[in-house]
Amino acid sequence: MPDLRDLYQEVILEHSKSPRNFCALATANHRAEGYNPLCGDHFTVYLDVKDGHIRSVSFQGSGCAISKASASMMTQALKGKKTEEAKRMFEEFHSIVTGKSTDTELLGKLAVFSGVSEFPVRVKCATLAWHAMHAALQGQEQAVSTE
Amino acid sequence: MTIATNTLRPLATGFNVYKIREDFPILKQQVHGKPLVYLDNAATTQKPQVVIDTLVDYYRSDNSNIHRGVHTLSERATEAYEQARASVKSFLNARDVRGIIFVRGTTEAINLIAQTYGRTHVGSGDEVIISAMEHHSNIVPWQILCRQQQAHLRVVPVNDDGELELDELERLLGPKTKLIAIAHVSNALGTINPVREIVAVAHARNIPVLVDGAQACPHLDVDVTDLNCDFYAFSGHKVYGPTGIGVLYGKPELLDQMPPYQGGGDMIASVTFEETLYNRLPYKFEAGTPDIAGAIGLGAAIEYMKAVGLENIAAHEHHLLSYATEALSSISGLRLIGTAKEKAAVLSFVLDGIHAHDIGTVLDQAGIAIRTGHHCAQPLMQRFGVPATARASLGLYNTAEEIDALVAGIHSVREVFA
Repeated sequence: MPDLRDLYQEVILEHSKSPRNFCALATANHRAEGYNPLCGDHFTVYLDVKDGHIRSVSFQGSGCAISKASASMMTQALKGKKTEEAKRMFEEFHSIVTGKSTDTELLGKLAVFSGVSEFPVRVKCATLAWHAMHAALQGQEQAVSTE
Repeated sequence: MTIATNTLRPLATGFNVYKIREDFPILKQQVHGKPLVYLDNAATTQKPQVVIDTLVDYYRSDNSNIHRGVHTLSERATEAYEQARASVKSFLNARDVRGIIFVRGTTEAINLIAQTYGRTHVGSGDEVIISAMEHHSNIVPWQILCRQQQAHLRVVPVNDDGELELDELERLLGPKTKLIAIAHVSNALGTINPVREIVAVAHARNIPVLVDGAQACPHLDVDVTDLNCDFYAFSGHKVYGPTGIGVLYGKPELLDQMPPYQGGGDMIASVTFEETLYNRLPYKFEAGTPDIAGAIGLGAAIEYMKAVGLENIAAHEHHLLSYATEALSSISGLRLIGTAKEKAAVLSFVLDGIHAHDIGTVLDQAGIAIRTGHHCAQPLMQRFGVPATARASLGLYNTAEEIDALVAGIHSVREVFA
């Protein structure tokens, strides 16, 4: 039986209450919105990218504890990374939250989200900001939807 | 978990909720090791054994197409289908069985009116009035119609308690108003709208009124003759019947003037390649083989509700709503959204600093099923400045102990996010 503590780990609760990099980014040259029409979660992800490196990243918006903590921890993890690395991290993150893999080599602290795989309806919450980040890197201006 | 320290007095009428629960096999299960507490009745209701048996028996013994075969099975199927129509007529207290049209659900009923009555009566520059508390299914069909006809959609606002601002409604009525479409009961707030008064005001100006009764029929003894509304729609699955079947009631004199919605079998009297003569009511609006089993199942659900007693259901739910309102209001940091004086058994709420989705997940672990999200009423969520709410909606089989379980569950939500 899934355990709530696997989903709502301390670090996730802490980030949901005090999200990091929770602001607009004046120097952003990439941005995209992520929207989950089922629950109304809505985030904007800002990226400042130069020469294939993410110099700075932030987010704004509203959502549940899982989506907000995921967005917050994502911004911390991506700062200073190459855009190609960021895409590979998204793939690895997606694999652990959907239970397809337990490999967390690139993810560091983000491995705490592996508990989401026990709660399939919450996968979209965990990946919302990541989808927006990915869309922003691809240069899509239109909001990406989880549906 | 605290278990009912303050159980409800049994109703004097002999209504026994524990006996009622025996009729619903699905309620006997455990979810995540806890007894299922089903509080998502505004989304869909569970089915009593008699409805399940009716569906099985129909397919096992009577399955056949209706209104055409001369053989015995077809006669039986037709008889049962028309008997279901008679049950609906009596359920709504409609005067004429010709005004009872089987459709897929409330959504299809509203789209039908928009695309038949609407296309022929709403023209360029005209106005259709809805309210700020409508479900998307009573918004989008009118937006589509207004775009097609270059007409305008006008919206009656709601106050902070979630009640319609009736003065504003009257102010919006004018020579351009061609139709009012309004919920009888709000799915997200539980507000019961004063439909009878609205119809009277509208009729004084010769404006017809469509009522979305999806959330009213499970809770209230609906009387379309007394309401005097022109159209009334509801869904079978919200009144303990099957999904995929619903009802459009219309005044026959209006339905008669309207063009058909869909063309096909059963809706015709005769067809040549030059001309088609449409069938009489209600068949003119029932093109194609309908959900025969669904209609018969809906008939069984209505007969079940009548046997329990519509007034008993209303009294039990009213009792439970008062109990739940008091219990939830005592939780610090909890805000009820929708505090109308006249309410059906729906409790929408938000918790300070905790998103509805997280409430839903924690409650699910305790076996408690509620709805979280915008309830297909996004404009209403914007009106109350919340992205989403948690919603507990009650049915005839819910108990005070289940409300206690909900309250205990909300306390554990607060512990997780403390």
